[in-house]
Amino acid sequence: MYDFFYNTDIGLVILTVAEALALLVPLLIGVAYLTYAERKVLAAMQLRKGPNVVGPFGLFQPFADAIKMVTKETIIPSGANRALFLMAPMLTFMLAMLAWAVVPVNDGWVSADINVGILYLFAISSLGVYGIIIAGWASNSKYAFLGAMRSAAQMVSYEVSMGFVLVTVLLCVGSLNLSDIVRAQRHMWFCIPLFPMFIIFFISALAETNRSPFDLPEGESEIVAGFFVEYSSMSFGLFFLGEYANMILMSGMTAILFLGGWMGPFGLWPQLGVLWFILKICALLFVFLWVRATFPRYRYDQLMRLGWKVFLPFSLIWLVLTAGALMAFGWLPNA
Amino acid sequence: MITAILFYIFAGILLASAAMVVSSRNPVHSVLFLILAFFNAAALFLIAGAEFLAMILVIVYVGAVAVLFLFVVMMLDVDFAELRSGFQRYLPVGATVGVVLLLELAIVLGGWELAPGAVQLRMSPTPVGMSNTEAIGRILYTDYIFQFQTAGLILLVAMIGAIVLTLRDRKTSRHQNIRHQTERTVAETLQLVSVKLGAGTTASGGILRPIVAEPEPVEEEADAGGHGHGH
Repeated sequence: MYDFFYNTDIGLVILTVAEALALLVPLLIGVAYLTYAERKVLAAMQLRKGPNVVGPFGLFQPFADAIKMVTKETIIPSGANRALFLMAPMLTFMLAMLAWAVVPVNDGWVSADINVGILYLFAISSLGVYGIIIAGWASNSKYAFLGAMRSAAQMVSYEVSMGFVLVTVLLCVGSLNLSDIVRAQRHMWFCIPLFPMFIIFFISALAETNRSPFDLPEGESEIVAGFFVEYSSMSFGLFFLGEYANMILMSGMTAILFLGGWMGPFGLWPQLGVLWFILKICALLFVFLWVRATFPRYRYDQLMRLGWKVFLPFSLIWLVLTAGALMAFGWLPNA
Repeated sequence: MITAILFYIFAGILLASAAMVVSSRNPVHSVLFLILAFFNAAALFLIAGAEFLAMILVIVYVGAVAVLFLFVVMMLDVDFAELRSGFQRYLPVGATVGVVLLLELAIVLGGWELAPGAVQLRMSPTPVGMSNTEAIGRILYTDYIFQFQTAGLILLVAMIGAIVLTLRDRKTSRHQNIRHQTERTVAETLQLVSVKLGAGTTASGGILRPIVAEPEPVEEEADAGGHGHGH
């Protein structure tokens, strides 16, 4: 059996598909319940009840929403570029799924343990902007295009400081492999020595996923719904799923880079493994929702100022400081 | 075997999409085909075992450069009919330049000899027992540090040049001074006046308005209305 799965081509293909399903099915269920959690958390913070009609405590609400979305009519505007219009949501959703190939959920539990895992994640997350730009352009609508332009500028801006944060972490690890990054935190999670970087990374993650208070690309009060204003039914649904899957991905990335991935605090209960990882993702997702319920939306020039004039110089200086400290005290890994 | 098949698939798509970049009618489609070409080049790098280069290609070219291309091309108002109208007229000149370039390329390639050591190194991208990233880092930061730093410096100069050329602080554009904004108090912003019943409804509809500072006189520049913000 072992021989069949690991040493024949067909076995390897079956194994890979099984691994992908084992990762993606829980992920999609997580996405479904994240939408439910968002509505419940926001409701609780605004002293409302939230969805409570479909099923016990409204627990079947995500499925009701999904069925509604699938059964509605897909409307394609007559002036739209059909092929690109339909490609954009698929691209967004696909990229959100694709990135999970390298995420280690437990020690050794990763479908592709590649050497440049963190670069792969960074590459995939930097592609997310295409879905939005293409959607905005192909819709042939001014609101959609305005949203797309905002989002392109925003995502490119915040990627720069995010890159510096990643480099700082990599300096402390000495490897681009995600499992190695987690293992390097067995004595201390990076959120303690690199606390400012942790905060910058998390805020950049908010901007990168177009979440409130940086949800200018969809700003419903100014540009209706931004880049997906022309989308309906499942093509809208894919954007929606993609955004929430990206939130989970970014939380996972934060957990891996700064919160010790699958490891418990102080090495507690190492056998829990994947549950620790999920717990950390849930905690970070709660902060995503908390921020949405708390902060008003940024104005566009404030957003750009924060990215370029605050985060970029700060992360650059912190990078130099980290490198200097590692060098001065001889803490460089692999040296 | 599988590697060879994959190589030909990726190389084929790469060439086809490169051809589509120059031949497609819609410039946005051109850029999208360019992105496809980048992707397939990254896949070829992966097949050759250069995973670091593959990822950097995707991050830098697809994630940043092509986004800006797409951005610019989408905002351009290109008139295709006008673009094609000069085709006949410029064909001889274009063809001559192309032929000359091709001949020059042929002459250079004809007289080119590979360095004797390079042939053995050709298909062994990494030294044994060292990851790809490490190997590149060692070469880049030791033997070629001068060239590397120079390249960085040139990019910095280009960046500063672009900012200097395009950034113009026009008097008409409004800026928010964050310090002033946070130091504002109610006393200096809002004026409360008691108005007799019905007396304040004539001019401004009876609404209390913030005190507006006298706007500074705007100096009209020679090309006012030309290249402002938002272009």
